[in-house]
Amino acid sequence: MTSVRIRRPRRPGRLAAEAAVLLVAAVVAFPLYWMVLSAFKPAGEIQSTHPRPWTLSPSLDSFRRVFEQQEFGRYFLNSLIVAGTVVLASALIAFLAATAVTRFRFRFRTTLLVMFLVAQMVPIEALTIPLFFLMRDFGQLNTLGSLILPHIAFSLPFAIWMLRGFVKAVPEALEEQAAIDGASRSRFLWQILFPLVFPGLVATSVFSFISTWNDFLFAKSFLISDTSQSTLPMALLVFFKPDENDWGGIMAGSTVMTIPVLVFFVLVQRRLVSGLGGAVKD
Amino acid sequence: MALVTAERTKKAPAPVRPRPRRRPRRPSAGRTSWLYLLPALVVLGGLLVYPIYQLGLISFLEYTQAQVSGGEPTSFQGFGNYTALFSDPQFWQVLLATVLFAAACVVTTLAVGCALAVLLTRVRAVPRLALMLAALGAWATPAVTGSTVWVLLFDPDFGPVNRLLGLGDFSWTYGRYSAFALVLFEVVWCSFPFVMVTVYAGIKAIPSEVLEAAALDGASQWRIWRSVMAPMLRPILVVVTIQSIIWDFKVFTQIYVMTNGGGIAGQNLVLNVYAYQKAFASSQYSLGAAIGVVMLLILLAVTLVHLRLLRRQGEDL
Repeated sequence: MTSVRIRRPRRPGRLAAEAAVLLVAAVVAFPLYWMVLSAFKPAGEIQSTHPRPWTLSPSLDSFRRVFEQQEFGRYFLNSLIVAGTVVLASALIAFLAATAVTRFRFRFRTTLLVMFLVAQMVPIEALTIPLFFLMRDFGQLNTLGSLILPHIAFSLPFAIWMLRGFVKAVPEALEEQAAIDGASRSRFLWQILFPLVFPGLVATSVFSFISTWNDFLFAKSFLISDTSQSTLPMALLVFFKPDENDWGGIMAGSTVMTIPVLVFFVLVQRRLVSGLGGAVKD
Repeated sequence: MALVTAERTKKAPAPVRPRPRRRPRRPSAGRTSWLYLLPALVVLGGLLVYPIYQLGLISFLEYTQAQVSGGEPTSFQGFGNYTALFSDPQFWQVLLATVLFAAACVVTTLAVGCALAVLLTRVRAVPRLALMLAALGAWATPAVTGSTVWVLLFDPDFGPVNRLLGLGDFSWTYGRYSAFALVLFEVVWCSFPFVMVTVYAGIKAIPSEVLEAAALDGASQWRIWRSVMAPMLRPILVVVTIQSIIWDFKVFTQIYVMTNGGGIAGQNLVLNVYAYQKAFASSQYSLGAAIGVVMLLILLAVTLVHLRLLRRQGEDL
């Protein structure tokens, strides 16, 4: 297919398209470049009214300030714990649920599926108030649990819906065969089905990871008095000051906060693209 | 599954040998499926369904700091909170701003995402990889950090954008529309990658002969998109459109961080931030809950449209 296209006499058009794509890529990457650059600029240079797109004297001062001024390492760990727990728990729960709604026929199956679809659209932000009181009543305010629990619930409907496509793609005959060979249902589930839908689990975990790592509203509303339980987004706000923002600190903190997500993305990007393809084909 | 059942009923009239041993398992399928579903249902019931019920309940009560601390008993207000909300001109202003802002974000995101996806199919591997990586980076950037970086980029004193455009010390966050525009740039920047990657994956799945044939028949690029690609990509486009509507309608972090809690005198409030300010900043929990109910109902309407579209596409549930 590509060979056919390359031979078509459309060279100037393609070169223009390529130039446009490279230009767009530069524009899209620029904010990230500026973030990292500003994190490495020495304090005086950031406050310059003639910002330079490079720095002559890179410095680690901003990073040092970030890690020293507050318990940034702890917040980082808190964020990792919250996002990690949510990813693992929701992947596991969603896998079981997706298997049930795809492999078995039972009463209310369609109703459930529609409910999962509707649940996907619930603006969890609108539930901040009742969740606040729920967490208070269960003594979860100011604990990481107040972020973990709602985010599992938030990730589940989408994860189930997306995984459904992957479970569906595994041929029924495989299950019949496993049964004939004497494999129990749970053995089939964990030893055959689970590895086969693993790419789907990876793709769904990207979404649950991002939404949890990004969480700002719940952290702001539920972690009110115990700052040792804060997560990264809250830590950044300390550098916003009414008189003069500490841009170096903000950018260094932002850089540190972005790195884990970037690493995660690079690790799963191939699976993610194929996963998205799988989900939409369904 | 349907296929297997049909096969079985076909075999049923002439049972030559005893049924295979997997037969006795079938009666337990109902119980097993509920067992598998149990964790999901417990979590969703406790942390999604119950809070929705609570939200509705609170929106009908008088619930302020006095009731929360237990100093005063809660009292039923009927539609009192809603009457108060609907008679407040600020609510209507915020609602209108939310809808228009979300619509602008969705349209821009889809246009940029689709255009770039089409463009990606026409270039060689290196430029494609460059854009894919840049887009993946923007996608991966957390909302908070993305917001802070865009504010710095457009800072009137230290930002490179004003210098580049020769805008002097023009403050983007001062005016209502320029502040919304700034937030829109950030939202589009971090949400177009999902559209681009998904639509690109969809285009790659279209048989190349179809596109070749259209090109040979002399169709313009726009015509090919409108008459060939868009109809074939319809299911994908529906998914990304609905997702974008849902995401952009409930933007919170970007507005909160970039306009410092809703802009000067609340000029950049959207429903989500408005509800937060009412509930947590001024302790009017019942008013916040009523705003939450309004949001829920709007998104429910979007969902119903989505369901109808899925049905029409013949999606089997």
